[in-house]
Amino acid sequence: MPSALINVPAKAKRGSVIEIKTLMSHIMETGYRHTASGSVVPRDIITSFICRFNGKEVFRADLYPAIAANPFITFFTTVTESGKFEFEWIGDKGFSETTQASITVE
Amino acid sequence: MANSDHTTRRTFLSLTSGAAALVIVRPVDATPAMLSAAVRNVVGEADVHTGKVKLDIPPLVENGNTVPMTISVTSPMTADEYVKSIHVFNEKNPQPNIGNFYLGPRAGRAQVSTRIRLADSQKVTAIARLSDDTFWSATADVVVTLAACTEEAI
Repeated sequence: MPSALINVPAKAKRGSVIEIKTLMSHIMETGYRHTASGSVVPRDIITSFICRFNGKEVFRADLYPAIAANPFITFFTTVTESGKFEFEWIGDKGFSETTQASITVE
Repeated sequence: MANSDHTTRRTFLSLTSGAAALVIVRPVDATPAMLSAAVRNVVGEADVHTGKVKLDIPPLVENGNTVPMTISVTSPMTADEYVKSIHVFNEKNPQPNIGNFYLGPRAGRAQVSTRIRLADSQKVTAIARLSDDTFWSATADVVVTLAACTEEAI
């Protein structure tokens, strides 16, 4: 069961730079490992992560098998108005998860 | 041996075939050629300068399966002068790419953190693309005691 952990401050001053921390539970199977019987474990990773604020993209990342399991990504953004952050993870085998977080700007 | 001073055709052939075998038999690593191809894919023909980028990664890690890494770029992050993207590469994982991060002037601070996998002790390189399309890089050496990717899945 995929689950996301998001850390966005609930309140911020207008124009300030805030840090956003995201963690998505995912195995991030590299496709380079073998089972005891010798068969390759097929690749199963998250390939892209997008963060939008009020519908506009503010951060995006392409992920490769070299990203550790349960991808943890932190980044910064400037807040100018109250609104909603949308986070989206897209991956192999039709993996797609979204979550949201609101922020009040004063 | 009497003929040890001059190389016979037979010894020459056995030496060269041995050398060829050494070149062919090597583990599945991203070769330096793959690394430079991956870098060229991002930067094109542009020069990559050293500086402006800070790559924060522990020099000695016990477990290559999860290595914390922070990349920050010196930039005012204004509408005219900002960091467009940050690209991270490695030398010896099966694939040369680690991740690409796309920012914009809105980011406010050009800093990204994540956790990566390292299959071997190696160099990690971060390249930042600025708004004027110049490229800046930083490289760090990491020693890994327990490599990622090698263990068997159950």
